Amino acid sequence: MSAMRSSNRRDFLKKCLSAAAVLRASGTMGLFAPAEQEAALTKSKVVIARDPLLRGTGATVDSHRMLSLLDRSMQALFDRDNPTETWKKLVRPGDTVGLKVNTLGGRGLSSNVQLVEAICERLQEAGIKASDIVVWDRDSDEMEHVGLHVSTGGNRVQCFGTDRVDYEQELVTHGSVGSRLSKILTQRCHVLINVPVLKDHDGAGVTIALKNMYGVIHNPNKYHPNGCNPYISDLNMLPEIRTRMRLTICDATTACYEGGPGYKPEYSWKNNALIVSQDPVALDYTGWQIIERKRAEKGLKTLEGDKRAPSYIATAADAQHRLGTNDPRRIAVVEV
Amino acid sequence: MTSIREVRVRAVLPIMVGAVVLLNVSCRRQPRSEPSFFPASNEVAGWATTGDMRTFEADDLWKYIDGDAERYLKAGVQRVSTADYKFQNKVNATADIYRMGNAEGAGKIFQSEPSVDGKQIQLGDGARLSSQSLVFRKGAYLVRIVAFEESAETQQALLQLGRGIESRVARG
Repeated sequence: MSAMRSSNRRDFLKKCLSAAAVLRASGTMGLFAPAEQEAALTKSKVVIARDPLLRGTGATVDSHRMLSLLDRSMQALFDRDNPTETWKKLVRPGDTVGLKVNTLGGRGLSSNVQLVEAICERLQEAGIKASDIVVWDRDSDEMEHVGLHVSTGGNRVQCFGTDRVDYEQELVTHGSVGSRLSKILTQRCHVLINVPVLKDHDGAGVTIALKNMYGVIHNPNKYHPNGCNPYISDLNMLPEIRTRMRLTICDATTACYEGGPGYKPEYSWKNNALIVSQDPVALDYTGWQIIERKRAEKGLKTLEGDKRAPSYIATAADAQHRLGTNDPRRIAVVEV
Repeated sequence: MTSIREVRVRAVLPIMVGAVVLLNVSCRRQPRSEPSFFPASNEVAGWATTGDMRTFEADDLWKYIDGDAERYLKAGVQRVSTADYKFQNKVNATADIYRMGNAEGAGKIFQSEPSVDGKQIQLGDGARLSSQSLVFRKGAYLVRIVAFEESAETQQALLQLGRGIESRVARG
């Protein structure tokens, strides 16, 4: 009991000291409004989990190593020793859980089948029935093309595209966005787990967590002007998306630093990593930095130099959106 | 007084107009395609087609390459046709043939892509070959072939398929 109290006191002091360090580093302590001061005390955690041997000696991702990589990332994110416990913090038996994958890039640059299987396995261990899990994207053929085989009905994990059930008739709006939402989102998911891919994007600069929601609506082609800004942020403000979103598990096993979002092998690299966070803005900011480092290594201009810096990330963090933080001082990147 | 000929013309004209309108609608629904540019199975040694060819008109390009479509639209793309192939049951590949408005449009796309790991080769009006991809332009066409597996033979196989497509494009 006393040890526990002492440990709590230690934790409290530690938190105070790190918060003070954040404020000192910012150099703007006196400028923060009370709400901002409070926000500054907490950091958004972004976990980058790597496994250089993820593919063994071949090109295909090893299922066992992927499961272990997922466990490491989730345990680091939630500070837990047991992988199943981490999932129990996110979902409860009876929840219907949607995994919004990204299959637009086709084979080579889509959410990995092995990653999707690993997530489904852990969700079931956390008490979610297989038939209450829906793996989905906009189009069933695109999903089939990348190895996510369509499956409907029965007591198995459901897997299909919005083309099978259509979009809601009613338009939902926020700011610059007016769209019809996938019925899979509105009628089949209480909880949304975002499973995007780490990619360069010709219009937005990068496409990672927030941009993956373009696959939820009927008219994504309308939202590409001005670097997709403020469309990406406005879209993610829709309550149907925002209230369901619990976690982003970014598939960065193969990533793309130029020429995205389609698969161009000459601009892709085997990164063998997952990036996991509950803050999609912090995750996108972190992913952007990874892409910039790769571009520099390849002798390419920065995205800003290429006149396509991902300005949507700052918009997502601004006072009108508050979808997360893009302030590196408030992002705790943990590499495991 | 109305002549019999005038009456006939008046009766037939709306039917003809209707037929033209219907024909026009039907043409729009049926995307134009360029099947002859894709070699059939084994026309290029080792390569077999593995699915149906698909064509996307400019207005629908986003359904195929959402996020990348704007770049092609700005360069005057008219349509893209795509087909899947397999080389000797080992290497899967996708070939895309973009029909641009003119050669300048094809050149614009080709030049906008930096040459990082690829090498320039002699094919069409300009070509880049890397370990898993071949991009070349020929007149108003831009062709991109992407392989999904890397092997010792992949690069050479891509080049063979590329030559097969280029000769068909050259013939028109």
